[in-house]
Amino acid sequence: MKLTVDQDKCCGAGACVLSAPEVFDQREEDGIVTLLTSEPAAEHHVAVHEAAAVCPTAAIRVTETDRIAPPGRSRQARH
Amino acid sequence: MADQDLRLPLPTDTPLDPPAAWAELRARCPVAHATLPSGDTAVYLTRYDDVRTLLSDPRFVRPTERDGAARVAPEGSGGAAATGSAAVAIPGRGEPHQRWRRRVGKYFTAKRMTALRPGMTRLAEDLVDAMLAQGAPADLRASLGFPLPVHVICDLLGVPAEDRDRFSRWSDSFLSVTRYTAEEIATAQREFTAYMARHVAAKRARPTDDLLGTLITDGEEEGGGPTDDELVATGMGLLVAGHETTANMIGKMAGLLLGDRSRWERLLADPSLVRTAVEESLRFDANLGFGLRRYLGEDAEIAGQVVPAGSTVVCSMPAANRDERAFTGADAMDLARTPNPHLAFGVGPHSCLGQALARTELQVVLETLLRRVPTLRLAVPVAGLRKTEGLLVGGLREVPVRW
Repeated sequence: MKLTVDQDKCCGAGACVLSAPEVFDQREEDGIVTLLTSEPAAEHHVAVHEAAAVCPTAAIRVTETDRIAPPGRSRQARH
Repeated sequence: MADQDLRLPLPTDTPLDPPAAWAELRARCPVAHATLPSGDTAVYLTRYDDVRTLLSDPRFVRPTERDGAARVAPEGSGGAAATGSAAVAIPGRGEPHQRWRRRVGKYFTAKRMTALRPGMTRLAEDLVDAMLAQGAPADLRASLGFPLPVHVICDLLGVPAEDRDRFSRWSDSFLSVTRYTAEEIATAQREFTAYMARHVAAKRARPTDDLLGTLITDGEEEGGGPTDDELVATGMGLLVAGHETTANMIGKMAGLLLGDRSRWERLLADPSLVRTAVEESLRFDANLGFGLRRYLGEDAEIAGQVVPAGSTVVCSMPAANRDERAFTGADAMDLARTPNPHLAFGVGPHSCLGQALARTELQVVLETLLRRVPTLRLAVPVAGLRKTEGLLVGGLREVPVRW
């Protein structure tokens, strides 16, 4: 998986950090998104897809996927 | 449904269920016309994609008094949040808005909110202990739902929480559509402004390390930070936004999860569902309030129709959150639903600044209640819960519980 974020679009809601704290962070000075890694490990892929889906400004783009297909908008969790 | 029959707010059969009209509007009339309490007419959107697209469009922002947009409240009864009063000195659009948002947003990052979590948990435990000591039945809203977010936002801002009974009236006046008279609103607005101006002046004189104090110190270092008017408006806006909606949501979440007790029992059996259960409660909340307004300064195409410049649009996020096109089984609560891109916090460049705070508070409250009061149940039938009326935001007047 490869990942990019658009800092101009980001509104600093922090929903991505709450979904995937191992992958996303927010800048101290203005709350704008930063990536801790642009190629997250497989164990974080579901959380990254969730973060991309819930981002209020669609500022997260998964540019390359492998193995796991991106989930649909409202896929039922596997519990 | 004939357009002229649509009057906002739409009636509901019970306090937690959606208005019957939403399903029909989404199916047949995605660009409807609705009459506001003022008597003015607005375009009313109920589909997920339409609401999401319009709120994400940076060209369109919340109307101000100067736009000549459709008014929500009848003449004189609207609080500042309903009228878009120029008295509120927060930049509403474009680059100044983004600068303001980033300046304030850094205090509401997910990491900062997570750092507040242990303190919030202790506070929630203390409030729950006091409720238990007082004995059943209790009002969960008054015991926990209201005081918790008030304490947290007061600490963040750096104003004393002891004033909370006054905040409640000021906040309700600020958000009034039809509840208060013009005179009551003017008095509350004057008192609230004077109160916040005193705190801002005190912090200018003696710097503090809370949000308002730091905005002042950082601004002075940069040379040309926020003006006193902006600081007062920011303090007032954050104080209102920081407690009223969360207090309401705590009550509604409890109503939804206890109203069908199999939901509560599922969470008791698997508390790891708290995070997704909070999101699903936000999505499922049909009593969110008025919805977000946008003024069209130019023509916009919505659902294949041209909506002309000069229109005021009301976006119903809770109607969008029940849209089957976006959510499988939209009318059922699925406590494990993920991802859950609901629109309860709005969406786009103006989406809720405090959403990480609200989410953290809701999670802490739910975790604490599950752990400390597993036998919690509603003390009245769901149909006996009563909605708050006459404000921009929706909630329950009280949430009677037993254990």
